[in-house]
Amino acid sequence: MFEKMRVKTKVIDSGKSGLDTQTLEVNVGPQHPSTHGVFRMTIVLDGEVVKSLRPVMGYLHRNHEQIAENITYSASMPYTDRLDYFNSMSNNQAWAMTVEQLAEVEIPDRAEYIRVIMSELTRLVNHVSVIGFLLNDMGAFFTPTLFAFREREKVLDVFEAVSGSRMMCNYLRFGGVNRDLTDDQLGQIKKIVADFPAFLDEFETLLAQNEIVCMRCQNVGVLPAELAINASITGPMLRASGVNYDIRKVDQYSVYDRFEFKIPLGEKGDVYDRYYVRMLEMRESLKILNQALEQIEPGPFMAPKVPACLKNPRNFKPPVGEAYGRVEAPKGELGFYVVSDGSKEPWRYHVRAPSFINLTVLEAMCIGYKLADAIVILGSIDIVLGEVDR
Amino acid sequence: MFFGLGILRGMNITLMNFIRSYTRKRGSGEIGALTTVQYPEERLPEKEKFRNFPFLIYDDKPEDLRCVACDICAQDCPPRCIYIVKETDEAGKPMKKPAVFDIDFTVCMNCGICEEVCPFDAIFMDHEFEIADSDRHDKLLYHRDDLLKTNEHFHKIRPNDGREVDTRLAEAKEAKAKKDEARKKAAEAKAAAKAKAEAEKATEAKEDKPPETEKESDPQ
Amino acid sequence: MTLDEVKRHIEKHLPGVALKPVRESLLVENPLDLPRVVEFLKADGVLQLNYLSSVTGVDYLTFLECVYHLYSMENKTYSLQLRVRVDRENPHVPSLVPIFRGAEFQEREAYDMYGFQFDGHPDLRRILMWDGYVGYPMRKDYKQEDSEVLDRDDIEWLQKHGVSVAEEHIKMAESLQTGGESEQPESEQTEG
Repeated sequence: MFEKMRVKTKVIDSGKSGLDTQTLEVNVGPQHPSTHGVFRMTIVLDGEVVKSLRPVMGYLHRNHEQIAENITYSASMPYTDRLDYFNSMSNNQAWAMTVEQLAEVEIPDRAEYIRVIMSELTRLVNHVSVIGFLLNDMGAFFTPTLFAFREREKVLDVFEAVSGSRMMCNYLRFGGVNRDLTDDQLGQIKKIVADFPAFLDEFETLLAQNEIVCMRCQNVGVLPAELAINASITGPMLRASGVNYDIRKVDQYSVYDRFEFKIPLGEKGDVYDRYYVRMLEMRESLKILNQALEQIEPGPFMAPKVPACLKNPRNFKPPVGEAYGRVEAPKGELGFYVVSDGSKEPWRYHVRAPSFINLTVLEAMCIGYKLADAIVILGSIDIVLGEVDR
Repeated sequence: MFFGLGILRGMNITLMNFIRSYTRKRGSGEIGALTTVQYPEERLPEKEKFRNFPFLIYDDKPEDLRCVACDICAQDCPPRCIYIVKETDEAGKPMKKPAVFDIDFTVCMNCGICEEVCPFDAIFMDHEFEIADSDRHDKLLYHRDDLLKTNEHFHKIRPNDGREVDTRLAEAKEAKAKKDEARKKAAEAKAAAKAKAEAEKATEAKEDKPPETEKESDPQ
Repeated sequence: MTLDEVKRHIEKHLPGVALKPVRESLLVENPLDLPRVVEFLKADGVLQLNYLSSVTGVDYLTFLECVYHLYSMENKTYSLQLRVRVDRENPHVPSLVPIFRGAEFQEREAYDMYGFQFDGHPDLRRILMWDGYVGYPMRKDYKQEDSEVLDRDDIEWLQKHGVSVAEEHIKMAESLQTGGESEQPESEQTEG
């Protein structure tokens, strides 16, 4: 699918040293900078080689699902921001889509375009920072991260101007968006999109062909395609293993069927592929953004309140039933399962968190590699603990 | 191609960015230009829609706040950080005014839903963010009088929204005045018609009930 | 394929499996049939439902329900939702981990939150709550252990705002306060 330079690496066999050794149990985290939050790994080491790895989570658990079952549907919107706090717009979109599916609400075109623009900008923000952090984990200490954050800041400025908050956007509403995008803000987004490729080129030259990065990433943490499918892995991680599955293409939700874009795929499923697939995905996101910014037309940004349940958004009561809505969030498939009993509060509210389920294969990917590789492999999964622990 | 070329290329990028950070104007938005400011001394311009913590708005005197203590924001607040008690007059009848209006800023999550649901345009999100304090129990529990701010303050931080809200309120007031007048006229006409009818059919006077004249106190 | 066709398709190939359409999904009447059905759907040439998206539980007060969302990586147009219903007191469901590794964490979460016993799960421990935690917090009848207990600060705050607090709450707060103080050892004894 794509060409890249691969540096030949030598695999050094560190297994047989002939010494009488004993295994060592090491706790990485929960207060460790490289675990991206309060995540803990109990690793059994033989020398420096990982023998077994047990992820331990729940340090940030606040029972988000139960909170949501005790408040109204619309009051859950700001709580979804706090799931994956890098991508609040995508989380908003998944929740709004699920409820709209439940209440059968039609959304005006302009609102759909705004949603697509926002979620693609979110993807840029997420991928750019995860690559920065991944390189940080490998020892490229904070230069790439801050390099990425300089660009991220520009997108966050747009989010702040549009929604009022940089990260906890709370921007989408059932039936549309909170407020319209002005021409000024559209111009700002256009400028970001126009400037971004130059930054991406620089960002790629900075480290993508760096020999040390290649040696640390290539052939490390290989995830075979069969295992990835079997373990319900989604997002860039699945595509890095060469499986062509993108919910934007499969479900064609929102207005994604109107855009032309490719799905970048990896070949081997190692850390380098996961890194590079994200790089390429950003370029595809820019393509979508360019098309969306061209196609967006003035119009209403909120559905006319036709369905009976939307007449009074404060007392929003969807009909009895259930819905499962899913979007391609930057980290993978973000799904919301909601069961309504016809009252103001959902009977059941479940989040299918991508980074939580992507952790399933962490042990399988780490066994046989060094402890330092385990950190890099964890970084390449791209977890956010707000979403893992919920 | 030799081993180390990628490293050198990457270092070139770093060097170029280092130079650009001096040559390009800070904050100009050009690639490579610095974007940071020296915070306490310098500040970035505030975005109009920026939201932080809520405040209560009043028009002329602090006693006449727009809030009528309807409790809608308290019920819709996702973390339930608003606590409202209605004021009562001497007879114990609840009045359209809050006696207690507390917001716990340690719980508030700045979502802005209170502003959105308020039907009286009485609560808005402020731009004030430097409220750190050493006591989280008393100092960050804001009472009614701490939350009060003038309409001028609102106009200062959010000029466009201020204008919009003011025109909306003026229109509503006008419409209400018109409606009241129309209602008054209708009531008068009805009363006149009734009097006429009564005069004509004195025997069937008890048929109509007297028209209810509503006396609504002004919500502001 | 419509839901009805899928139902007939499964019943044709797996005799003895009882299915019932519920809303847009199929209810597997006997939970023990679930692995057979899922394995068949995964290997079936037409449906190829080889991707288990979500596993979760729902509490319906009279019974517990486990909901599975199945999708396909190859045949991208079809998805199926399966569900099983079990007794609240004895919620035994066969685990899907031998068929789908992706169920591992999600089943652990369902066990943690609802108390499902997934038979055949390799490592059924609590995942979000800590080890040794008692109770299943997402069940509708779950009561937080200290939801009735008020702090001294809470009581003071309530009284300040004119809310009367029952005597027992004040007593409990007092006892908690003194209990907390007496817990701290007054003088630590050093052992030689």
